[in-house]
Amino acid sequence: MAITSLIVIFRLTVSRFVFTIINSKEQPHRGPHRIKGVTLATPADYVVQLRGIVKRFPGVVANDGIDLDIKRGEIHCLLGENGAGKTTLMRVLYGLYQPDAGEILLNGKPIQISSPRAALTHHIGMVHQHFRLVPTLSVEENIILGLDEGTGLFLNLRKTRKKIEKIAQEYGLQVDPQTKVWQLSVGQRQRVEILKALYREADILIMDEPTSVLTPQEVDQLFTTLRTLVDDGLTIIFITHKLDEVMRVSNRVTVLRQGKLVATLSTSQMDKPSLARLMVGREVVFRLEKSPLKRGEKLLEVNGLHALSDRGLPALRDVSFDIYGGEILSVAGVSGNGQAELAEVLTGLRRATRGRVFLGGEEITNHSAREIADLGVAHVPAERIRMGIVPNMSVRENLILKDYRHPPFSRGVFLNYKKAEANAQRAMADYQIAAPSDNTAAKLLSGGNIQRMVLARELLGNPRLIVAAHPTYGLDVGATEQVRQVLLKQRDQGAAILLISEDLEEVMALSDRILVMFSGEVMGIVDAEGAKIDEIGLMMAGTRHEGVKQ
Amino acid sequence: MVLVSILAILAALVVTGIFFQAYGVSAIRAYQLIVKGALGSKLGLAETVRRAIPLLLCGVGLTIAFRALFWNIGAEGQLLLGAVAAAGVALFSGLPDVLLLPAMFIAGFLAGALWGLIPAALKARLGINDVITTLMMNYIAIYLVEWLIHGPWKGTQMRGFAYTDKFPQAAMLPLIPGTRIHWPTLVLGLVLAVAAYILITRIRQGFEIRVVGENPDAARFAGISHLKTTLLVMFISGGLAGLAGVGEMAGIHGMLRSATQISMGYGYTAIIVAWLARRNPLAVIVTSLLFGVIMAGGDVIKVSLGLPFQLINLFNGLILFFLIGSELLMHYKISFSFGRQ
Repeated sequence: MAITSLIVIFRLTVSRFVFTIINSKEQPHRGPHRIKGVTLATPADYVVQLRGIVKRFPGVVANDGIDLDIKRGEIHCLLGENGAGKTTLMRVLYGLYQPDAGEILLNGKPIQISSPRAALTHHIGMVHQHFRLVPTLSVEENIILGLDEGTGLFLNLRKTRKKIEKIAQEYGLQVDPQTKVWQLSVGQRQRVEILKALYREADILIMDEPTSVLTPQEVDQLFTTLRTLVDDGLTIIFITHKLDEVMRVSNRVTVLRQGKLVATLSTSQMDKPSLARLMVGREVVFRLEKSPLKRGEKLLEVNGLHALSDRGLPALRDVSFDIYGGEILSVAGVSGNGQAELAEVLTGLRRATRGRVFLGGEEITNHSAREIADLGVAHVPAERIRMGIVPNMSVRENLILKDYRHPPFSRGVFLNYKKAEANAQRAMADYQIAAPSDNTAAKLLSGGNIQRMVLARELLGNPRLIVAAHPTYGLDVGATEQVRQVLLKQRDQGAAILLISEDLEEVMALSDRILVMFSGEVMGIVDAEGAKIDEIGLMMAGTRHEGVKQ
Repeated sequence: MVLVSILAILAALVVTGIFFQAYGVSAIRAYQLIVKGALGSKLGLAETVRRAIPLLLCGVGLTIAFRALFWNIGAEGQLLLGAVAAAGVALFSGLPDVLLLPAMFIAGFLAGALWGLIPAALKARLGINDVITTLMMNYIAIYLVEWLIHGPWKGTQMRGFAYTDKFPQAAMLPLIPGTRIHWPTLVLGLVLAVAAYILITRIRQGFEIRVVGENPDAARFAGISHLKTTLLVMFISGGLAGLAGVGEMAGIHGMLRSATQISMGYGYTAIIVAWLARRNPLAVIVTSLLFGVIMAGGDVIKVSLGLPFQLINLFNGLILFFLIGSELLMHYKISFSFGRQ
């Protein structure tokens, strides 16, 4: 332990030392513009102006001549689908990417932002979608990591702590500076990231999809914090693809589509459908047509299931539930609360340490993945590229990954490529998989097409149970809509569906019943009809639903 | 891809050329001599083919192992075990003449396969690094051979030399007259190269091998047994190397002798053969011949130029170095940028 702390201190001092040298020429200065209470600006008073930003990656133009004006003291949403170029644009502003063309003006003056460090000297901070914290270090150590604090070789943490506490107090970002980051919840970690930016005296804060990992209550808290920050003169750029958030939090919104800027608008003059149209480029169906529930017989029965995580810690504790044919049971909850392990145990990829699983009355506890698949269980895996496909193999071969051993794809020991090809042609037509040919390597397909391919394969032969983990995560609106419709169709045909999703909107729209998990336990199961978001949010944060045993 | 392979060979030729020059020999002349020596005469050509036979068998086996991402560095030891088994059957089985050669091939295959299955089981069951175990198994095999020829199998008619007795005539393979090409082994190698290609591209188990090699997580997801697949590829890979050992015994030496005399590093060179063939068993036919030229050329270097044979090892090493180095080039585009990043 002592040695670890020594190493940590050494690391901190070394990095500090190094950065002192780098930084000695660029002393951070406070901008003259940060005056408490002043929030509004004259039209000319733009704090950040991007002019004709172009950023190309091999084969893609991620940003195609984008002009963006950010007013001082506003919350400005960047709205767009996955791959629209939002994050790329902000990485250009934060100095992580160099634009191929275009310029950046700060307070009307053109500047070069060669690195995140340079961005910080211009008081631009960014909170990334995936946090950049060192789990084994404390909050305060994380906050000052890379900064020039204290004198000589030693860190002056007392002063740091005071400053952190002051900022935390001011903006409602309470978190103990001496706690190790690994002990914090996801919401608290995000607060540390925001603190980190504020400690570096950021005036412009870029938030990249900040709500994707939060419970509804944490989202409310975040939005309150953001408003406090704006009242105090900060400017916030908020990247999102969720229309609700745009409507709730922003003053203005800029819509990006396929690397191009579609429009910049005042949020108060917009509504959700028109924003969606701008974002997708066509009308979007918000209400999915869901037929009334036709409950079949009980297909899956899970009794007192326990399992361990990869790290050997309890991941599932006494999980019990049933799913009936023709029904979608959603598992909601912040990810990392046992959902992934549940899907793996049910599909034979992880051993249950206790408890039993029955499929149509037949016990399948700890049967192999192959046996379970052969009994008619489909699995749409959460990590579709890591697990769901073989990137270097063709679409045709990926489409028979589960069924290659069975006729018609196999005759004796030989594979029947003719049949595999016919299967691929049919799947590509039925599921609208856009690929140059069925012989194209799967890795060359877009995310949406990869997911269509996985679905086409898993749903071949009409499975009895479908375990779908985050089936629309990271997909664009069109692909999302299609995946949801495919799942609903399977439901109507009598399949039992276990849908694991973090997207509450999706959970509400698709499911018949909702199961909420927290810390490996079932917090409650409620009917989707009439379920309240607040109630689900509370369960996601660890409050048991009435009637659920302790 | 073929272009990248050719560039790797050219780069190795250039760098080896520097060493020739350092020995005071014109690199161009050295290469001329090698090509002429290995391909220019009937005898040279025959030596080239003779060297290519064990490289072909080992190389085909390695493509299968490498497809499943099992790093079999142990073809050398598997070859030696095949040789030991062949010698054992030839000298001590007392089988009738007709059955002797087939029995030697079967025993050699099984012995090589066994030698390959040990590291396979260790990796699949206990997660022990395959590179290290297969490599270490080579040394065990080398010392097993040395012990046998100095100890229990030491020949009674060999006047103190560390050899076994000579095999009976029925244990020897026919040669193409005037050469040392034991053609039955060559035919076997060619047939097995085609069979391996069919396995990889047309057969269920070959599909499983590729899935395991390309994405082990997807293989687990699809219910493909990692254990079974690993054992299968090493059964084949070790077995084919074992066959190469049988061929050297029954085709060339006719007795078990020192490990360095039996193999001269065929098992190691076969790694480069398989890699240069981009793990395609059919392409191994071409690359094994290429390395047959290089090995036969090594004799020329030794005899005509009086330079150490080890220059060939240097060249082989450089080819592998450039080949693996060039993998990067196939996945990335090189771009030069000036000024600040």
